[in-house]
Amino acid sequence: MRIALVGQPNSGKSTIFNSVAGYKAITSNFPGKTVKYTLSKVNFLGETFEIVDLPGTYSLTSFDLAEFETRKYLLQGNVDVVINVIDASLLGRSLEFALQLLELNLPLVLCLNMRDEAIRKGITIDIKKLSKILGIPVVLTVAVKGVGIKKLFSTAYKLGGEKEKGRALNYSKDVEKVIKQLSLKMMNKEIVEEFNIPKRLLILKCLENDYYFMKIIEEKDKDLFKEITHFQNQLSETHDRPSDVVISSERHSLSMNIFEEVASVTRPQIKLIDRLDNILMHPYLGYIFLVVILYLFFNLVFNVGKMVEEPLLNYFYRIIPLIGKTISTETLLFSVISGVIQGLAGGIAIVLPYLFPFLFGLAILEDLGYLPRIAFLMDAFLHKIGLHGKAIIPFILGYGCTVPAIMATRILESERDRFITSVLATMIPCAARMTIIFALVAFYISPKAAFAIYILNIMVIALSGRILSRLLPEVTPGMILEIPAYHIPSLKVTLAKTWLRMKEFIFVAWPLLIAGSTILSLLQYFKADMFINNFFSPLTSLLGLPLVVGTTLIFGVLRKELSMLMLIQALGTANVVSVMSTTQIMTFTIFIIFYIPCVATIAVLWREIGSERTLFTIAFTFVLAIILATITRFVY
Amino acid sequence: MITTLDLVKESRKVKVLDISGGWGIRQRLGGLGIHPGDKIIVKKSAIMRGPILIDIHGNQVALGRGVARRIMVEVEE
Repeated sequence: MRIALVGQPNSGKSTIFNSVAGYKAITSNFPGKTVKYTLSKVNFLGETFEIVDLPGTYSLTSFDLAEFETRKYLLQGNVDVVINVIDASLLGRSLEFALQLLELNLPLVLCLNMRDEAIRKGITIDIKKLSKILGIPVVLTVAVKGVGIKKLFSTAYKLGGEKEKGRALNYSKDVEKVIKQLSLKMMNKEIVEEFNIPKRLLILKCLENDYYFMKIIEEKDKDLFKEITHFQNQLSETHDRPSDVVISSERHSLSMNIFEEVASVTRPQIKLIDRLDNILMHPYLGYIFLVVILYLFFNLVFNVGKMVEEPLLNYFYRIIPLIGKTISTETLLFSVISGVIQGLAGGIAIVLPYLFPFLFGLAILEDLGYLPRIAFLMDAFLHKIGLHGKAIIPFILGYGCTVPAIMATRILESERDRFITSVLATMIPCAARMTIIFALVAFYISPKAAFAIYILNIMVIALSGRILSRLLPEVTPGMILEIPAYHIPSLKVTLAKTWLRMKEFIFVAWPLLIAGSTILSLLQYFKADMFINNFFSPLTSLLGLPLVVGTTLIFGVLRKELSMLMLIQALGTANVVSVMSTTQIMTFTIFIIFYIPCVATIAVLWREIGSERTLFTIAFTFVLAIILATITRFVY
Repeated sequence: MITTLDLVKESRKVKVLDISGGWGIRQRLGGLGIHPGDKIIVKKSAIMRGPILIDIHGNQVALGRGVARRIMVEVEE
């Protein structure tokens, strides 16, 4: 049996999914983080289910990619039961979406989640009455605490077995009349059969002037198209507003009536945490706190990382000479062993100490709900580079990893915004590049220099943004973003999320790193690295870098942190300052930050923005890196 | 007084009269529970023509200036 979880953004779908499927979907306190659907097989209550976590959508129109994909998935006909997860504290608004789901004619269960939050807001809901009005089962849950989850799935399972479908509710008389008339016009129409969706849904979508359906109808059946426009005009004339507003107002007033019938509202309890916005979103104080929070965050990451890096690195670099005493350093075996050890050491001593505190801190900020607040504060600045506030969310995720950042660009409405944001996001120093900045620049030069790199990076991104938005002028429609209530993050969820993201490094990048450093050892043993280094010599000499750096640049395209670890290995010492000047370290770091996105990023870019634009991005960043690194060489 | 939402001062309560602008904007605002006839409280207004923060049915939503300008409202005295 396949059960689909649908609902508006931030209603807790992913939390419910994770509580039965184990921690597989990323949950955060900002709208729209599930950009792809996650499917999982679970054994629950002695049965095997397939559970699908669909992206959060506000409605079922073709307005954005997520909504379009969700509707398509539900209408494909391979979902047995739909669970509509609703934030109980936002019942009135969420019912509008539930009414649309009823129009799909699928078995439907309503899950009223975050009951505790609703109680805090002073809302009590009569679920029996609600269930009777809608004609579907209603279950109360508090997903973060696991309350009601069993009951939710046993209800869904039972309903799926009975195959009892949800039925749409009736609108006001004159709208129903138009629906009936249009339904007669659609009789025996081939195109209507071809859509293979409930007729009432199709009629409503047509009256709502949904682009997707209207375009196909206009192409294939001109007569029907004319009829539909006729009814659209009739509705808008009698109601004095566009026909889509007539339909959405119908749903709105129906929802409000249901809400008033089933819910009673008393005074909300105001917690201290709700007052946080008075300072964090304050027109002036908000920015001061933003800078302070980010400063403390990076300070913490650096200090924790440094505390662990130093002793571990010393330990590992004492081992290799010890082995050199038992096995001759001239042998092939020694090359292989030292390569493996350096790969292991790179992961444990250099990458993980910075990666863990960074991802943990990011998870806390996400779950707290601070990211949408940053979007609010940064909107005006992002307008200056031709984007709007929401684009900050992919950017911030980009400091973690570029891949989810590019996937998160789907929350932006316009294709042009998605493209510009994707290109700029590839230049943001991800956690891998952060380890290079921290472990090379902050460690060997000074934390101030590392900070300067971040500032320079932001300036370059802003400038590139300006250039790109000049090349692609378009008026952005502006930001529409829900600012969810703050949630105090739970340690368990935060750690689970950090672990889920660290797994990427441990199981994918680290083996690659060990293989990479072994290959480099072998290349050095057979003196083959000299060919590669000579090939890159025009570039390395332009940037004033040691010749051996050439090979590391190839590894850097595989994984950014590889380039640093390979650098240390190629130089033959962990004490980089003994062989490279501070200028060279700086030039190398700047070049690595900007040049060519890593393989994983290229793959996701290819899928999201297409081949041509991906090739443009590669060329653009490569040229930019050469220019910036050359300047650094002569200026720093 | 009838005006557009971007010009409303902080902590004022307003009623939505009309939403101009395209199909997309109307759908998105409708999804967030903003329709003609709804009551909105303006909570915060960012500096430098930044967005405004509103309260709609007990929920907070940030709207860019450009979007807010398309919402005609009546300010309650």
